[in-house]
Amino acid sequence: MEALVAIAIGAMSAAGMYLVLRLRTFPVVIGMTMMSYAINLFLVATGRLAINKPPILHGHGAVDYSAYTDPLPQALTLTAIVISFGMTAVVVLLSLGAFLEGGDDYIDMPEADRTERGEKE
Amino acid sequence: MNHFIIAPVVLPAIIGGLIILWMRHDLLLQRVFSTAGSLALLGVALYLAFYASSGEVFVYRLGNWPAPFGIVLMLDRLAALMLVLGAFLGLVVQLYGIGSGWDRKGWHFHALWQFQMMGVMGAFLTGDAFNLFVFFEVLLIASYGLMIHGGGGLRLRAGVQYVVINLMGSTLFLAALGTLYAVTGTLNMADMAVKVAQMPADDTALLRAGAVLLMLVFAIKAALVPLHFWLPSTYANAPGPVAALFAIMSKVGVYAIIRFYTLVFPGDSVVEGIVADMLLPAALITLVVGQVGVLGGRNLGRVAAMSAIASIGTLVIAVSMFTQPAISAALYYTIHSTLAAAALFLISDMIAARRNGDLWLTLRPKIQDSGLIASFFFAAAIAVAGLPPLSGFIGKLLVLDATRIDPWWVGIWSTILVTSLFAIVGFSRAGSTLFWLPFQLQRAERIAEAEGRPAPKAPIPPKLEPDEHIQDIGDAVSPTLTFVSAGLLLAGLVALTLFAGPALHMTDSIAAQLFDTAPYVESVLVEQEGARP
Repeated sequence: MEALVAIAIGAMSAAGMYLVLRLRTFPVVIGMTMMSYAINLFLVATGRLAINKPPILHGHGAVDYSAYTDPLPQALTLTAIVISFGMTAVVVLLSLGAFLEGGDDYIDMPEADRTERGEKE
Repeated sequence: MNHFIIAPVVLPAIIGGLIILWMRHDLLLQRVFSTAGSLALLGVALYLAFYASSGEVFVYRLGNWPAPFGIVLMLDRLAALMLVLGAFLGLVVQLYGIGSGWDRKGWHFHALWQFQMMGVMGAFLTGDAFNLFVFFEVLLIASYGLMIHGGGGLRLRAGVQYVVINLMGSTLFLAALGTLYAVTGTLNMADMAVKVAQMPADDTALLRAGAVLLMLVFAIKAALVPLHFWLPSTYANAPGPVAALFAIMSKVGVYAIIRFYTLVFPGDSVVEGIVADMLLPAALITLVVGQVGVLGGRNLGRVAAMSAIASIGTLVIAVSMFTQPAISAALYYTIHSTLAAAALFLISDMIAARRNGDLWLTLRPKIQDSGLIASFFFAAAIAVAGLPPLSGFIGKLLVLDATRIDPWWVGIWSTILVTSLFAIVGFSRAGSTLFWLPFQLQRAERIAEAEGRPAPKAPIPPKLEPDEHIQDIGDAVSPTLTFVSAGLLLAGLVALTLFAGPALHMTDSIAAQLFDTAPYVESVLVEQEGARP
């Protein structure tokens, strides 16, 4: 199971990294979502991989801790999912705005940023 | 527990929320409430600085959960200093935003400003690594909104780059935290310090990977070469007051480096050496890249952004020594470079307002208030370049003195001194193009007039539409207020120079507290209900 999860994280990060390095905003946004999926999976895995173990205590008295899995990474993942979801919405809106204002969806700065009045050097 | 410790986080959050809910259509109310909030924040920060000056480390346990399970806020001297610096900068630059009319160029300027302050203050106060991530996200989300305030094609494009790079940084931050949690089993910084110290030396590969990943994250925030590429176009295209506020944001990265690598991974831990060995060359290259950018910049916005990168370089050179005098010098330089960079951004925004948003260093007609702005620019340039008599000189001297014991000192000294010359030449060129060359044009005009020829190009009249992307002098509500706030930053620099002795005494005591980690760890883990004695 470790190998499977590791390969999944690695493949998703590689795909995400490749897409983030593209020139246009749409693949970049998709790439960032891929990266955040990979990292969320990685965060879950930091609490050790376990099957059929609940993260929340139930019952009273003596507790067998080996029957439970670490709840903290799951809470962290939840926070990370919420944040990355919001961030994706922000970056989608921003890149839409840049597309509508600038006329194209390239991610690098246009000529006008480098030379006075956007003239070619 | 003193409940004022959480006030710097809660106060801006409440004010920001109130502004959005109740006064989003009334700019005057927003201005009053937001300024009052920032003023109160500065008051609280000063009180906390006084409170922390006793040298004790104060812990605020959120919900009174015991550490390391609950989140803690920590107030020590370093956090208190950064709080005061951030609150002062926030207030002064906000006054500039009001006076220059930037705050009516778009929606929610004041609400975003308050949330930005909340994130910055939280990042300085928190004692929990994951909470640090959350506060980073808070300050970043607000900064995304502020960065594209006013809109415009170039600004939005630069905004997309800024957001994308910072999202990748956040991803990396999560990866680093996940790795550290997997190894140490805790996210509380004090507890992590204990666990790292106990770790057997031959079982630390993952820990070292986590420590280096974490440093990369902070290096992105601080804009260290080669992770600085987001900074120039972001700062040059952001509204002037926002760029000035961002001067504290890159210091958040430096603060986090100082905090983590003195507390969690101190010099004698297993991570020893790796981080400092990487930081020093990176800082030297950062300094060179920044000052060469100042020398070669053709746009004043870029020149100011590059000088911000260079100041980070100088700062991190001192930090990378990780000795007590070096950290003390670094803290002094932090105060100086934050104020100086912010002043430079405000002044270049004043110039832009009088040149129709045009900051290219080419010949233009003489600007309005040229004399006053020129003298402000002169003072800020002296401060940034590190010439006497302002605090930049003292700061650089302290950094040079602190690096004297390093085996690389020849390289460090020559880099700092030679690149200072670059900065002097770059700023002299910028200043003479902006303020002296126009007199040539005036003279040509007079000669042409005497000979009866048509005069050369007349000054461009300022545009007045409030809905354009650039801010010009016609939009300024009160030009006097803009001069007052830029003047306040310069006055801060003068005060830092005049009171360099007491300031150094303070940074010395901060550095001493940073290297004595036992009371910090004890106050979190031992001095609580139900703790082992």
